[in-house]
Amino acid sequence: MSSPISEPGSVTGPGSVSGSSSVSGSGNLAVEVVDPAAVSSATQHEHPDSSNGLERTIVKSWKAPIAFGIFTLIALVLFVILGRDGVSTFRLSNDSDLIQLPAVETPTRVAGIVVTVLLLVIAIIAWLRVRANRRVPLWLTSIFGVLFLFGFLAWAAAGQTLPVPGLLVGTVSLSVPLIFGAMGGVISERVGVVNVAIEGQLLAGAFASAVIASLTGQPLLGLVAAMVAGMLVSFVLAAFAIKYFVDQVIVGVVLNVLVIGLTNFLYSQVLSKNAELLNTPPRFDRIAIPLLSEIPILGPTLFRQTIVVYLMYIAVAAVFFGLFHTKWGLRVRAVGEHPQAADTVGINVNRTRFRNVLLAGAITGFGGAYFTLVSVPSFNKEMTAGAGYIALAAVIFGQWDPIRATLAALLFGFASNLQNVLGIIGSPVPSEFMLMLPYVLTIFAVAGLVGRSRGPAASGRPYIKS
Amino acid sequence: MSDTRVAPAPASGPAPDSAKAVAPAPKSNQVLRDIMGGSVVISILAVLLALVAGGILIAVTDEDVQTASGYFFSRPGDTFQAIWVAVSGAYGALFQGSVYNFGALDFAKGIKPLTDTLTFATPLIAAGLGVGLAFRAGMFNIGGQGQMLIAAAAAGWVGYSFPLPYGLHLILAVVAGIAGGAIWGGIVGLLKARTGAHEVIVTIMLNYVAVYLVSYMLRTPGLLQAPGSNNPKTPAMLPTAVYPDLLGSSYNLHAGLLVSIAATVFVWWLLSRSSLGFKFRAVGVNPNAARVAGINVKNSYITVMLLSGGLIGIAGVAQVLGTVTTGFSSGIDAGIGFDAITVALLGRSRPWGIFVAGILFGAFKAGGFAMQAGQGIPVDIVLVVQSLIVLFIAAPPLVRAVFRLPTPGVARKKKPVKLAKAVAAK
Repeated sequence: MSSPISEPGSVTGPGSVSGSSSVSGSGNLAVEVVDPAAVSSATQHEHPDSSNGLERTIVKSWKAPIAFGIFTLIALVLFVILGRDGVSTFRLSNDSDLIQLPAVETPTRVAGIVVTVLLLVIAIIAWLRVRANRRVPLWLTSIFGVLFLFGFLAWAAAGQTLPVPGLLVGTVSLSVPLIFGAMGGVISERVGVVNVAIEGQLLAGAFASAVIASLTGQPLLGLVAAMVAGMLVSFVLAAFAIKYFVDQVIVGVVLNVLVIGLTNFLYSQVLSKNAELLNTPPRFDRIAIPLLSEIPILGPTLFRQTIVVYLMYIAVAAVFFGLFHTKWGLRVRAVGEHPQAADTVGINVNRTRFRNVLLAGAITGFGGAYFTLVSVPSFNKEMTAGAGYIALAAVIFGQWDPIRATLAALLFGFASNLQNVLGIIGSPVPSEFMLMLPYVLTIFAVAGLVGRSRGPAASGRPYIKS
Repeated sequence: MSDTRVAPAPASGPAPDSAKAVAPAPKSNQVLRDIMGGSVVISILAVLLALVAGGILIAVTDEDVQTASGYFFSRPGDTFQAIWVAVSGAYGALFQGSVYNFGALDFAKGIKPLTDTLTFATPLIAAGLGVGLAFRAGMFNIGGQGQMLIAAAAAGWVGYSFPLPYGLHLILAVVAGIAGGAIWGGIVGLLKARTGAHEVIVTIMLNYVAVYLVSYMLRTPGLLQAPGSNNPKTPAMLPTAVYPDLLGSSYNLHAGLLVSIAATVFVWWLLSRSSLGFKFRAVGVNPNAARVAGINVKNSYITVMLLSGGLIGIAGVAQVLGTVTTGFSSGIDAGIGFDAITVALLGRSRPWGIFVAGILFGAFKAGGFAMQAGQGIPVDIVLVVQSLIVLFIAAPPLVRAVFRLPTPGVARKKKPVKLAKAVAAK
């Protein structure tokens, strides 16, 4: 089975995600699993053709240049015409760091003009590329984004000091539940079950971990409880979606309401009356990894964290490796893309779905534990505050790919944290608009500005064996 | 908790499926069994199941029950006594808070809870119709919250800014609200039609955008904030723009109910008597077939989302011009946008079904507050019961399995177990 396992990995690998999960993917998977020997040659013949054909069909997409143009115009208005005078300081180290980096100081107006010119150049490059029937590569979009962000930060922090380490540390801590949720969402959707219940899984995880950790005094047991709670919510989702063929989105939404209702009820009725006993969970300590934690900027951001965050790194790596490089991942994707084909080659579709939805719930549950065992030392009503829905957005923004979904979650975390930081240093932009940003970005992403986002083919459809 | 509800299913689940037709049953039996397994009975039983589950939750978390169960084996009667007191007290308060208050002095005061129920039901019906209409066209509109907020902002702005004569002002404010909701919903339809963006994601995202947009406007002087105030709240509505009271000033019931009833009739007419509604239903059942038949599917998406947003807008209008007329803040939607989904599901997306479901959930809301005030049971139990109702209704096989009901259209060998017995066993 080794050759078919590696094949789809290359087909659906990170390089060609946007095309792979569509037409060619579903056809190939059906063939590939049948006969390992004959398949690899067949795919190699088929794959270049189909991807070329796919590129021809989506060649002239003017969306990217138009978007770049709009953002360049915004930059022109904001950074140059409405430009602010003064010096923007980016502080790169904390006082306690071993290696001290000097603070970067840029004159605000000059930075704004330079950034705007560079943005214009990129927009023109994108326009030329599209005119020459070529696609706008992702790295160009990324550079554009980073540049725009830098210009914006410089503009917003005119005459002020922006603490970069604080900004990044806050980003990671706000992103952790989103990333866990997104991993749960990716697995669940890849196997063909739309997981709108991420919010419920997070909330259930937060509740269970708070109660169990308070009762036992062991945060690790709280983590296990969060996992179990996430799985319970997933179990209901799976039972209704897979066994009773109820619309998966409906079950997800209703489960969210159910979990909110249950946790609110239990909080008011039980937890708030015995807060000492039931709602004072011990928190995880931060563990600094030797050497790595002393890397400037990155060290404090990534390697002075709690065990939950380290678990998150492992989870992301494991989900990525598992989905694209193991037999399990191949089956998961086969079931999500083309259940009939998977069934034909002997994969039990519904059992695979059931188990992996439970797995997704377990992973999401960890994210819930982060709320009560790391960020806030007690459970509160509806404390996830829509994080599950943002995680869902990250899944779609990340095009059902674990790494991209993680990056999308980080972006959302960054945007929310930026609003906090700018609130402290006094931002010229109303905080509501900063908070709105991730959602507006997602709408743009879903509407196809960034790229075609198409989910697993059979996601959302129950498999009824005939 | 909820997993225990599902647990009995796998054991008895396959029964209806495995029973294939063996011998034709008498016609009357068939009819009876179709009724027993039909949607109305399933709906009633789903409500019953959810209430039982809610009762268990109330009993388990009740302190008297916990105390009594500590010495259960010496005096088991005390435990049952405590359970009875807790559950009957809760549901009694729920009933008295939503239908008729037996403790009131006269009929006029006793019937007030029922009018409260109708007041709560007014926006639920309108929003439920919006969600249900989108359902019928195959669209899932979770954006009720955003559409209500935008509608409330638009209607509220018209309602307090321009002094206009009676009648005209109200009509203008209502139309502004409907337009606001329709635009916010129409964006979704447009994106879906033009770019294929999934409406679930877009509506969820637009909810957040609307929340932040409206909170920004509410705290910015010159937009929606009341002059001379620091609170994120609008001025009070002008009396010319407010829905008139239906039963006098001692009741909260306002003319918004009439608008909701009119909306129900309109949606009924639209879906079952108009060609547009036929197109919606065709698109909802099978978009590919609809396209082949010459229906413009993309335009249908846009139209249905405009209408859906407009209907949900009516709910937003009812909130600002009927329920909270003293100026509103960003929580004006009161979760109705999400409740509307459950209302539409409970009503099976049929206009009159939604009407009844809206009144039921309105009763839950009115009674829930009475229950919290009278019995100290958190109002959140209502959320649990509501979501369980929808879960059970969405899965008729589960309800049939729990109550050993026959599947309609499938004949069975054995006689169905009596209903009462099954309840007792439960």
